[in-house]
Amino acid sequence: MQILDRRLNPSGRSLPNRQRFLRRAKSLVQEAVRDASAKRGIRNADEGGEVSIPLHGIREPSFHHGTGGIRDHVLPGNKEYREGDEIPRPPGGGGGGGSEGSPDGSGEDTFRFVLSREEFLSLFLDDLELPDMAKRRLVDGADPAWQRAGYSVSGSPANLALGRTMRNSMSRRIALKRPKPEAVQALEAEIAALEGDPEQAERVLELRAELERQILRTRRIPWIDPIDVRYRRFDPVPKPVARAVMFCLMDVSGSMTEDMKDLAKRFYTLLFLFLQRRYKHVEIVFIRHTHEASEVDEETFFYSRETGGTLVSTALEEMQKVVADRYPPSDWNIYAAQASDGDNAAGDSQKTARLLVDTILPACQYYAYIEVGREGEHGIPGFPRGPTDLWRTYEALVAAGAPLAMKKVRHRRDIFPVFRELFAKRGVLEGAQA
Amino acid sequence: MSVTTEDRLLYEGAEWDFDTLRIIHDACAEIAGKELGLDWYTNRIEVISAEQMLDAYASTGLPLSYRHWSFGKHFAQHEAMYRRGLRGLAYEIVINSDPCVSYVMEENTATMQALVIAHAAFGHNHFFKNNRLFREWTDAKGILDYLEFAKGYVQSCEEQHGEMAVERVLDSAHALMSHGVHRHRRRAPDLQSEQRRERERREHDERMYNVLWSTLPEKTTTPSTSSEEERRRTLLQLPGENILYFLEKTAPRLQPWQREILRIVRNIAQYFLPQRQTKVMNEGCATYVHHRILNRLHSQGRITDGHLLEALHSHTSVIMQPGFDDQRYSGINPYALGFAMMTDIARIAEQPTEEDREWFPDFAGSGDAMEVLRYAWSEFRDESFILQFLSPKVMRDLRLFHLVDDVEQPALRVDSMHDERGYRRLRRALARQYDPATTDADIQVVDVDLSGDRRLILEHYVQAGRLLDDQEARQVLRHLASLWTYDVVLREVAVPGGAALREHVVSPPR
Repeated sequence: MQILDRRLNPSGRSLPNRQRFLRRAKSLVQEAVRDASAKRGIRNADEGGEVSIPLHGIREPSFHHGTGGIRDHVLPGNKEYREGDEIPRPPGGGGGGGSEGSPDGSGEDTFRFVLSREEFLSLFLDDLELPDMAKRRLVDGADPAWQRAGYSVSGSPANLALGRTMRNSMSRRIALKRPKPEAVQALEAEIAALEGDPEQAERVLELRAELERQILRTRRIPWIDPIDVRYRRFDPVPKPVARAVMFCLMDVSGSMTEDMKDLAKRFYTLLFLFLQRRYKHVEIVFIRHTHEASEVDEETFFYSRETGGTLVSTALEEMQKVVADRYPPSDWNIYAAQASDGDNAAGDSQKTARLLVDTILPACQYYAYIEVGREGEHGIPGFPRGPTDLWRTYEALVAAGAPLAMKKVRHRRDIFPVFRELFAKRGVLEGAQA
Repeated sequence: MSVTTEDRLLYEGAEWDFDTLRIIHDACAEIAGKELGLDWYTNRIEVISAEQMLDAYASTGLPLSYRHWSFGKHFAQHEAMYRRGLRGLAYEIVINSDPCVSYVMEENTATMQALVIAHAAFGHNHFFKNNRLFREWTDAKGILDYLEFAKGYVQSCEEQHGEMAVERVLDSAHALMSHGVHRHRRRAPDLQSEQRRERERREHDERMYNVLWSTLPEKTTTPSTSSEEERRRTLLQLPGENILYFLEKTAPRLQPWQREILRIVRNIAQYFLPQRQTKVMNEGCATYVHHRILNRLHSQGRITDGHLLEALHSHTSVIMQPGFDDQRYSGINPYALGFAMMTDIARIAEQPTEEDREWFPDFAGSGDAMEVLRYAWSEFRDESFILQFLSPKVMRDLRLFHLVDDVEQPALRVDSMHDERGYRRLRRALARQYDPATTDADIQVVDVDLSGDRRLILEHYVQAGRLLDDQEARQVLRHLASLWTYDVVLREVAVPGGAALREHVVSPPR
């Protein structure tokens, strides 16, 4: 009989199988991740979670009997039936007295399982068709800083911890009773003093033997032994820079459809992910506007409907107010992302431009404007849709040299290039350009 | 000074360590050997964590296996259910190998470990070593090494030919796995020499292949006659039920490594064949053994009342059989039926009633329950065991009844129930439910049109009008066609009568 402890075996033995499975079911899982990320909050974008995918895509087929024909069922728990009784066929298929299939029929056609954070994030980013380098950047996090983390027994000579090494050496020498040099000297002195005195000859012999033992012992127990040596140890720790606040501005007037909002949400999510990698602490402020603006929570921001006209300047004013109240630009890195379908009231453009140039842009690290539209929107043939009011306004600002990124987004895959333009300039995403 | 009860206890409380396991094992071995007369392979008990248990689940209880996405899928499925608390984990998994490996979970309490050791390391172990099916169809000594070889072989194929190519072959082989076994055979497999044989086959092929021969003029083909057909079928060993075997030997365009992969899948399917046919007996045997051993440990004063109650609590939930109209019902629980039959056999042997004497004259009142049980465990499989040993009392206790579901009829009919008139018919019907001849579709490779378009012809012998599931059958046939690389035809033929009911034709993917 043998008892073995297998608990210490390397875990994750099933990992290669899991990767194969995810690759196999990739399109299905990706769809599930897309749905899940649309439902969850921006702050939770990079957590893992349970997803469910339709079972038919990953079924393992085999030859087995279908329904029909004559079937026999021997069942337990008879209460009232007698031989020859006829029982009406239960509704919903030819199963025998509800004997087949799971109770309630639940969990039969979907397959639910849990994705880890890394898997979820990588699928989410895949879906946005990010270049690999940028992905790695997001998943791996910021460059590490090196931090002292105690001592180790191996390392480079430059990191030798002399004090600790000597302390170990001393405690070892004391523990092993290595004779001190003074003791040896004292012995030698005593021998020298007593030598020549015939009465003390016996004592001298004794002392000599003792001296010899001590010297031998000194040789056996080295001053510094390899086991004493310690090196300073450094561990990498991620090095987020500081804190940042992200303003999400969105037009929520009736002309913004759910699709457009969904695109905008993806943009915000991605921005949040980027910021989170770069800053230790990221806050999000949601400001929505119609002809008036207000700060709201995420739920309201994305899902409640408002009616009214469109005055972009109100959102900028609101943002200005929030910045002044809570986020002094000296303490916070301010990022702002505005999503809109491009409408603005005719008289508002001037005011908007002035607000942006005078107060908002100087306070911000980045200001991104994305104009969302429906996929495949071409306008009426022969009447090419011209640039929108807001687009024209902002274009003029960019032409005048304002640090403003703007982009039209019609599809998920358009989102990432905005980031490329946004961040490549400032070198945050060096890799993305590769 | 007399020995107090405290000194006799194997362990106290719920904590255990490796010494405790050893003590428990030895105490169980004493009872299993001396009192129950069991005979087992040397035990190897391995302590594992929950994650490792899920791992073992995913690869159908094998300790190691080649890599394939389906195992990842099963792992994810079990894990999700486990995390949501829908399903607990099994307390143990035991592998039919020599030495017999039992996995026990680290979370188990000491009492659960005792239960599990008695159940797996003695109950299942005895069954594996003694049951005729296992003796004749599996090679307990070679299985672990063979799995190691299979894993390494598949991995080397992936390195040579790419993951996707290997995955395609494995997918197809898995689809045909249920029809990749020999059901009639005498020779016991010898898995240990499989690795050597693989090498020999390859070397033989390499020696035999000579390009010059292909320049020889082809023999002119003569029109095929019926005797020619007969000869061809004999040469190809047709008809044959083992589709994977047929492909491995005959498929015209498979690479040697692809054939070897088919062989691996086939060997593993074959290894599991006895388990599928002895579920009720195997679990019944193990459950009966752990029940006997734990009760005995208690009467010897080696576990406390509390320990016994804890063990009984698990025991009763394992053998719970919900009624057919219960939400929790999902078929007949093999633990429940098996345990009920084993205790019933013991009762008949020791305290028979008049009814038992009439039904089981051979052993009613023989007095030695274990002798009867050991005989049953070694010589039967589920189907024959039920047919032979299911007593009226068990049918009454479980309140079994037989329902016939004929699509042609408007209603279901109760054919027999647990009364004088029904016992024998009921028992036959239940035994049929465990008969692979009834439960598995009977599909055979019948012919290949070698001189023509090389189409492969299979037949499904349809009993009682039970056709194959159309959609899945087509998917499996697509896999089959991709291995055969020519058209594949599956005819569904009524038995008896031979009327053609349906025909599927599938071409290989281009």
